[in-house]
Amino acid sequence: MTKFIMAITGLILIGFLLAHMFGNLKLLLPDNGVEFNEYSHWLRELGYPALPHSLFLWIFRITLLAAVVLHLWSAFKLKARNDASRGAGKRYVDKKSMESSYAARTMIWGGIIIVLFVIMHLLQFTAQVLKFGYADGVKTLAPYDRVIAGFGEWWVVLIYAIAMIAVCMHISHGFYSAFATLGANTSLSARKTLKGLSLLVAVLLFLGFMIPPVLILIGVIG
Amino acid sequence: MRVTLRIWRQANAQTPGKMVTYPLEGVSEDMSFLEMLDMLNEILTERGEEPVAFDHDCREGICGMCGVVINGIAHGGQHTTTCQLHMRSFADGATIDIEPWKAGAFPVIKDLVVDRTALDRIIQAGGFISANTGSAPDAHATPAPKREADIAFDNATCIGCGACVAACPNGSAMLFTSAKITHLAMLPQGQPERYSRVKSMVAQHDDEGFGACTNIGECAQVCPKGIPMASISQLNRDLWKSMFRGEGKAQ
Repeated sequence: MTKFIMAITGLILIGFLLAHMFGNLKLLLPDNGVEFNEYSHWLRELGYPALPHSLFLWIFRITLLAAVVLHLWSAFKLKARNDASRGAGKRYVDKKSMESSYAARTMIWGGIIIVLFVIMHLLQFTAQVLKFGYADGVKTLAPYDRVIAGFGEWWVVLIYAIAMIAVCMHISHGFYSAFATLGANTSLSARKTLKGLSLLVAVLLFLGFMIPPVLILIGVIG
Repeated sequence: MRVTLRIWRQANAQTPGKMVTYPLEGVSEDMSFLEMLDMLNEILTERGEEPVAFDHDCREGICGMCGVVINGIAHGGQHTTTCQLHMRSFADGATIDIEPWKAGAFPVIKDLVVDRTALDRIIQAGGFISANTGSAPDAHATPAPKREADIAFDNATCIGCGACVAACPNGSAMLFTSAKITHLAMLPQGQPERYSRVKSMVAQHDDEGFGACTNIGECAQVCPKGIPMASISQLNRDLWKSMFRGEGKAQ
């Protein structure tokens, strides 16, 4: 079932985002990035020496990539099916939405923005191909310095803010929808709880991800 | 009262349709929506024009035959069927857009009449229980808990009007399908075929070309019988469990 794949991979990705957001908060520690850099290094060596160097990192990366690919695959499969089931041509001359949120109606577009953002994000912080805010001639920086350099630019913070709005809107419907698809929304109280949790997770992620960049931009950190 | 109607006119499934405007005077606010359309049709017939075709039967909100999209909302947004909507719900001088249900699985037959037999085929795929015939069993021979019995009854009130499909941005009939799944899943009589039923009905739903549910909730807002989104989650829960059970059609 395509919908179950969509729901499960979506929840895996939300779990990853929560962990990522929590790790980022180490930027708030007043130690000029010592602990943040240590944490970044630990992520690469997690599991060592029980596992070979970087094995856990690669298992983690491959799991995430698989989740992303399956999420996209199910999205396009469902989109194609739903487009066909609306019937040919323009559907209604006049159509009002009674219930659906803007987020729910624009899941596919939010998703596309997120994909583009993730590519940019990896090129910037992992591959260091996009050297936002780097001094001329600098090839590589420690993780903490990469973050400080990038978010020293107002337009980088702006791009991240737009992307985070897209991510959090996507999740504000997606979290609830995933649980509904997996059969958890079987009463009115379950619906209220899931909708509430959905909003909570979205707001938490937005704040957690946006606080460090804004503080860097206004000079509180770094 | 005076209204301006903009009605979808389409000769048959093969020809494209379009909105046609009809001014209508002398409408009583006590008229039902369908009586207002009857009035229009009398005028059109007297003028020698083709009357507007629309589906209707009981006209008391229980058969599920009538149903059109009124001003962009299936059944007009009064939480009842089109026949139970009255002209007092509209302002004097209002412009009213009237369109048929539109979905890939609901081809237009003529004007506002669509073919909804896809819903019947979903029911035929599993929306029943198999019982040996004979004399009726004693009323209390099979106890059903009150809460489950109430949920079953609420879901059994689905009249198959198709408003959920018309309102769904994905053209999905999940609310309709889940009402029957939940109705039978709540009762002892529904248990023997519970998991084969959900497999068969969902497979038929998908084969008919209905879309997939994205848990948006437009359907529950227009349902004249108040079938809740919870029913769709009940269907999903049973469908998930059915994947680990042998009975029924393999997906």
